[in-house]
Amino acid sequence: MSEPGVPAMDVLLGEAQAGPRRMLLNLGPQHPSTHGVLRLAVELDGETVVKCAPDIGYLHTGIEKEFEVKTYQQAVTLTDRVDYLAPLSNNLCYCLAVEKLLDLEIPPRAQWTRVMLTELTRLNSHLVWLGTHALDIGAMSVFLYCFREREDILRIFEMFSGQRMMTSYFRIGGLALEPPRGWQNRVKTFIAGFPSKVDEYEDLLTENRIWKGRTVGVGKLALEDMLDLGITGPMLRAAGLKMDARKDAPYSSYDKFDFEVPTRAENDVYARYLVRVQEMRQSARIVTQALEGMPSGDWKAADQHVSLPDREKMKTQMEALIYHFKIVTEGFRVPEGEVYQVIESPRGELGYYVVSDGTAKPYRVHMRTPSFGNLQATAAMVEGNLIADLIASIGSMDFVLGDTDR
Amino acid sequence: MITGNLSEQPLAAEIEAFDAAAILGGKFDRSELTLEIAPAKIASVCGFLKHELKFVRLSGITAVDRYPADPRFEIVYHLHSVERNQRLRLKCRVGGEQPEIDSVTSVWRGANWYEREVFDLFGVRFAGHPDLRRILLPDDWEGAPLRKDYPITGFRV
Repeated sequence: MSEPGVPAMDVLLGEAQAGPRRMLLNLGPQHPSTHGVLRLAVELDGETVVKCAPDIGYLHTGIEKEFEVKTYQQAVTLTDRVDYLAPLSNNLCYCLAVEKLLDLEIPPRAQWTRVMLTELTRLNSHLVWLGTHALDIGAMSVFLYCFREREDILRIFEMFSGQRMMTSYFRIGGLALEPPRGWQNRVKTFIAGFPSKVDEYEDLLTENRIWKGRTVGVGKLALEDMLDLGITGPMLRAAGLKMDARKDAPYSSYDKFDFEVPTRAENDVYARYLVRVQEMRQSARIVTQALEGMPSGDWKAADQHVSLPDREKMKTQMEALIYHFKIVTEGFRVPEGEVYQVIESPRGELGYYVVSDGTAKPYRVHMRTPSFGNLQATAAMVEGNLIADLIASIGSMDFVLGDTDR
Repeated sequence: MITGNLSEQPLAAEIEAFDAAAILGGKFDRSELTLEIAPAKIASVCGFLKHELKFVRLSGITAVDRYPADPRFEIVYHLHSVERNQRLRLKCRVGGEQPEIDSVTSVWRGANWYEREVFDLFGVRFAGHPDLRRILLPDDWEGAPLRKDYPITGFRV
């Protein structure tokens, strides 16, 4: 490859050794099992991977720069587009960070709704992961089952926010809209049937000989290396480390929910599958609890400088109309300072570092995305193993390239 | 030098005991601890934090451009200790025509891509980095887009 701006194979891999069994393989950036535009430069000795160098950036959009010219509230829409499989997790993390800067109290109903929807997001994301990961390894039907349930979740998102994917439903101060009438029935129907759907996936895979043959003992990496390389999330938990921001530093009322953090000790692709399947069951538990115990009351903060006034008040009260105009045209000022808010996204540790200079636009927003951190370990995980295991290994990382490249 | 509410932070005192010249300032704000470290000391302080104080994880490295202040760049390190369940932010200020700071890749291998990202988007060099290339932008890109004096729309001709 000698296109301008694209690093050549020898830049990525260094000087290749000569030999009859040596081969250079360029995988991607357009390749069905790299889940987006990841490019892997691979040096092979027969079927063994000698060296692997990921090349990223093909989906870089400069979102962090764009934050600096948007008001705080407008910037919520940017966060959706980072990790397009977990838009609500990104909405939540950004809103929590800005709310921490503002020292804003969020009403319980908004917090619980946030928890419920981010857990549905986790299900959504894990379903896409499971479907595509199984497809990579050769199990076609799981993909169809997973997308069937995912469709139900996207319909729930549409009911709440009007959007299936780019929801922007969480806003600084609470929610964008009042939860729609009748949402309880929709969520209840879905979540009551969901555990039996997880059983279906497990019937297809958990004891499947081909599945186990492709995943057991594959993609191992020592826990020390994982921590050193910046891996987080289900991969770390499949290596036996119980690290989960929902438990370690609870946000948005997670401490009021009863759930477990599943871990495994085997630290292979199969263990990562088991951990994520268990996480789906735990997320379903959280959604059920949120559904049953949903508090009543306001769905946005009482601070009139931040939350838009009710539509009714705008039509009758001069002051409400002025606040609405001010917030929409100028935004609100955020006190000077900096925060680093971390949440547990479906892929691992998601952190938003927001710096404010006291104006209505963020001075700097940095996203510490889990895919970026995880992907860095690719080389350590696949080098020395078979090329056939490479696809299973990178599939088990569950990265999203939008999340990596930003 | 420890001033203000930093004196209540045992972590700051331990770093001060390790190297009295390392801490230039800092603050404890919104329950987050920030320490400003002398740029020349960053690698040794990070090594101390990782090996002695159990900050085994580097959550990320980024930068903030304080243009036109001088030194203009704040290099920001977010550290995490799983065992202590604690997070810490380190900051180093670098400036000049060709801003440069020591790499911490010898402490955490995971620093590699984060430093490349800062190099790519801010144009800050990391001395001792094994593979300092652009990571997100094309290799032939000119300029560092996250600098505050980089044009937002259009390009100067």
